[in-house]
Amino acid sequence: MAMQFMLLFSRQGKLRLQKWYVPLSDKEKKKITRELVQTVLARKPKMCSFLEWRDLKIVYKRYASLYFCCAIEDQDNELITLEIIHRYVELLDKYFGSVCELDIIFNFEKAYFILDEFLLGGEVQETSKKNVLKAIEQADLLQENRIRITARVSMGGLRKNLY
Amino acid sequence: MPAVSKGDGMRGLAVFISDIRNCKSKEAEIKRINKELANIRSKFKGDKALDGYSKKKYVCKLLFIFLLGHDIDFGHMEAVNLLSSNRYTEKQIGYLFISVLVNSNSELIRLINNAIKNDLASRNPTFMGLALHCIANVGSREMAEAFAGEIPKILVAGDTMDSVKQSAALCLLRLYRASPDLVPMGDWTSRVVHLLNDQHLGVVTAATSLITTLAQKNPEEFKTSVSLAVSRLSRIVTSASTDLQDYTYYFVPAPWLSVKLLRLLQCYPPPEDPAVRGRLTECLETILNKAQEPPKSKKVQHSNAKNAVLFEAISLIIHHDSEPNLLVRACNQLGQFLQHRETNLRYLALESMCTLASSEFSHEAVKTHIDTVINALKTERDVSVRQRAVDLLYAMCDRSNAQQIVAEMLSYLETADYSIREEIVLKVAILAEKYAVDYTWYVDTILNLIRIAGDYVSEEVWYRVIQIVINRDDVQGYAAKTVFEALQAPACHENLVKVGGYILGEFGNLIAGDPRSSPLIQFDLLHSKFHLCSVPTRALLLSTYIKFVNLFPEVKTTIQDVLRSDSQLKNADVELQQRAVEYLRLSSVASTDILATVLEEMPPFPERESSILAKLKKKKGPSTVTDLEEAKRERSVDVNGAPEPAPASASAASTPSPSADLLGLGAAPPAPTGPPPSAGGLLVDVFSDSASAVAPLAPGSEDNFARFVCKNNGVLFENQLLQIGLKSEFRQNLGRMFIFYGNKTSTQFLNFTPTLICADDLQANLNLQTKPVDPTVDGGAQVQQVVNIECVSDFTEAPVLNIQFRYGGTFQNVSVKLPITLNKFFQPTEMASQDFFQRWKQLSNPQQEVQSIFKAKHPMDTEITKAKLLLGRSSDLGQHSLKKLILTLQTLWALASSTPKPPRLDACCVWSRICKLRCTGSRCAQARTLFPRGYVTYCRSSFNPMQAVGLCVLFPCVSATLGDHTAHSTMEHLSTCTSSLGPGRGWDTKGLLTGTTAGLPVQGGPGSMKSRQPVVQSTN
Repeated sequence: MAMQFMLLFSRQGKLRLQKWYVPLSDKEKKKITRELVQTVLARKPKMCSFLEWRDLKIVYKRYASLYFCCAIEDQDNELITLEIIHRYVELLDKYFGSVCELDIIFNFEKAYFILDEFLLGGEVQETSKKNVLKAIEQADLLQENRIRITARVSMGGLRKNLY
Repeated sequence: MPAVSKGDGMRGLAVFISDIRNCKSKEAEIKRINKELANIRSKFKGDKALDGYSKKKYVCKLLFIFLLGHDIDFGHMEAVNLLSSNRYTEKQIGYLFISVLVNSNSELIRLINNAIKNDLASRNPTFMGLALHCIANVGSREMAEAFAGEIPKILVAGDTMDSVKQSAALCLLRLYRASPDLVPMGDWTSRVVHLLNDQHLGVVTAATSLITTLAQKNPEEFKTSVSLAVSRLSRIVTSASTDLQDYTYYFVPAPWLSVKLLRLLQCYPPPEDPAVRGRLTECLETILNKAQEPPKSKKVQHSNAKNAVLFEAISLIIHHDSEPNLLVRACNQLGQFLQHRETNLRYLALESMCTLASSEFSHEAVKTHIDTVINALKTERDVSVRQRAVDLLYAMCDRSNAQQIVAEMLSYLETADYSIREEIVLKVAILAEKYAVDYTWYVDTILNLIRIAGDYVSEEVWYRVIQIVINRDDVQGYAAKTVFEALQAPACHENLVKVGGYILGEFGNLIAGDPRSSPLIQFDLLHSKFHLCSVPTRALLLSTYIKFVNLFPEVKTTIQDVLRSDSQLKNADVELQQRAVEYLRLSSVASTDILATVLEEMPPFPERESSILAKLKKKKGPSTVTDLEEAKRERSVDVNGAPEPAPASASAASTPSPSADLLGLGAAPPAPTGPPPSAGGLLVDVFSDSASAVAPLAPGSEDNFARFVCKNNGVLFENQLLQIGLKSEFRQNLGRMFIFYGNKTSTQFLNFTPTLICADDLQANLNLQTKPVDPTVDGGAQVQQVVNIECVSDFTEAPVLNIQFRYGGTFQNVSVKLPITLNKFFQPTEMASQDFFQRWKQLSNPQQEVQSIFKAKHPMDTEITKAKLLLGRSSDLGQHSLKKLILTLQTLWALASSTPKPPRLDACCVWSRICKLRCTGSRCAQARTLFPRGYVTYCRSSFNPMQAVGLCVLFPCVSATLGDHTAHSTMEHLSTCTSSLGPGRGWDTKGLLTGTTAGLPVQGGPGSMKSRQPVVQSTN
């Protein structure tokens, strides 16, 4: 199961997270992103979640306003990749508490950290939800200088009752 | 979930992000970003030392800006500083920045590696984890060099925490994928295998990925993993759904691990140990059984996870291809999925079945689903699913269902998505040919194909139908009749006109007896389409007309009138004009005998791999044409009714081996004549392959390159800073090249790194070995680099030499093509004329011929040309010109010997055009029609009077190739040439042939040449 890359983008085509497991130039990354965002957004809801693209297979799924899109190699298993996406969403959801697009925008670094605990080098590292979150929480406990964000309200009150 | 620290206190970052989100326009966003960048820059540059928190915040902002798609060219140093912070979050952000914005700046890498080293040694599992994540995310060569030795130790050490082991395993995997040569195998490998038995399922999951990849490359070393994987798998599939606690995913026990284990087992054949094998079979049966059980949850995640394991198990069953029982069960299971309401499952079932169809055990079982698949083709709403259905129909097709499948595909073609039409056309064409019992069906199918989807019928397809019709006597009459009828349609596709024109030109006589398709009607029908067609088709039709002149003398005058009309004779298109002139002239000067010879029916095409199949292969990659061999076998029997001709090497066995390589000729043209297109392709490869950008080829280097084709020493490149000189020697397949880098300035070059870059396909054919040079080149100094070269196989492109260095603070990047060309490895050979002709006859593929016509660069100078001829070291002359030459010789001979007064000008004209691509799929086929192979042999025996003529031809041909002369030059120079050109020397194309006596039908000493001079004059 070697995942080549994972992209998260919104319905408007805005890239929210990108993780590349193969070395590519920035130019190439941008080209791929543009091409895939366009292709995936053009597909209708009932269509199947897999498509062939170049010599890779694309597995994607939409969660609310966000598309999660993974590229895997020819022999790789599409269905288990679909569940990789789902497990990642679950992890985000559990960590942020009912995750929404804004969480990922404002805490993009956290989204990356969680992904790194779950997938490393394009392979599943740890599938247990508990273990992944334990690792992230431990890290959170280690931090000093914790400053509560009061600005959250001023961000438009999009997220309520978190504190 | 407690409200942990999300955002961990970087208020400034949150404000910045909301600012960006509030920007109304792209311009506003850029303005805001630039403001922020300026702010950060001033903070970083400021005198006041920043505290860790601010540094973290600014680095994080930079990262955000980069992820928005803007370039970031500073802040790397600050990020590296964060790595050595003791505060976890600062370290974490530092590592994230490094992972996302890797930079190959060597000094920075050293610092990063240092920080990583410290963290790995810290024994603090969270720090170790961060460091390992960073290595895995970057995965660069430098990191592999620094850590590939260290990580295996961490992985197998007894006291390493589980989570660190997991990271270490995948980190090592990433390094191994990027630089396998740097990861040493050793004692640790056996201990890694035993991680499959680890208590901690997370460790097993990570380790299985590593083992799978390692086992693919070193199967022997990891063989013990098979039994361990089987027992692990067995424990998982038999466990109750709650046994594995958090590793159970929606009631499916450890689906990711199960899939990985099944993948690992696909690296090996079925286990030999019967106990292990039995256990594995049990596992697979259990998985198949579970698919039949009612679902434990209605959630799609449950069914997905369960089916992911199921599909992987089926892949393993197909991979083993040894248990008919399992294969058939797998097929039935997939059959159920074909009608599942989940689109995803239907898609995957179609995909999986494709591979099942190629197993002899399950092919029949797959065939039973034909109706479902055809239905899918008609009803699926998603084009990617329909595409799978087409693939599966193609895979399950055999003699028994070919007619049905082809018919369904044809009817689908009428409504098919444009994106997949061409592929369907190819598939239909291949199936129709492969499974045709009745060739009338084949002809009908292809004509239908052209009617329905003419635009998507590529040349390969209609070439192929012509090849087949020509090779099979029994279908020719039917084909002529059918195309004649098809052409009656008021609007028919141009491809049909091509096929029709060609077939009627060859076999129109077979239906001419019927008054409804008399010669004149045939001609009028074709000519009615003429004006609507493109130039290539018109050119083809002109050839048809001249063939008609031969077939039907009664329409000769009509055709001559057409050819003579201004629209032909004075056509603006030079090809049409020339054909009209030539054909008109041919039809009026040649006797019926000559016409009959020249315009004889096409000889059967040599059997070779179908061009269509080759095209489909190229389109789809090798995996989909598993049945290639079979197809080839069937075709060679079906179409020619005879086995394929013996391969070239068999008859050439008597000659010493080096020559076998030289004249065995792969499809590759000799390198020196390879035109610039190769350079374009090379550049693309260079850019896509190497991580660090390589400069485009230096201007002017192309010229220098050409200069080195024939010489070995000299200056390859020069600018104000740098001069590159070369000295090289070649012997047999080996060579050595000394590259001299001269620093023309008085300043040092720093980080001087020359790199040799071979494009992908070149790598396999050319071995280049060299040692790195000293990275510093002093002012005025010269450094030398030795490259050892081994030519493994023929190649067309040249390697690229990329030089990067620093000169006074600026970065320099130069690329030049290194003149290593195929001709450097040519060796001369001697052979008897008999052997030569045997080889000659085998050169019949279209790609073995080439012709180019170009304007002369210089006026012709007899003395120089003569010198060149005598020197005979011009490697510009390859096999191709040789063959062209002989064809030309034949032309002249045919015309000269059978017409009372040799029409010299016509001969020249024919000669100049003769090898040009004409209307058929095969360039040489038409030429061969004009000059059957027998001529060559005949020429040889009766050639004496023709020697001089031979030289007449030799001369302009050679000089044209040398660029001195255009083809139509007069023969005035020839007499001088013929008298001075000695035998045995004139034609030595660096090893292709030594001595004219070896190959060319030009024999005899200088004396005899002179005595033949009058013959030349008499032909004038």
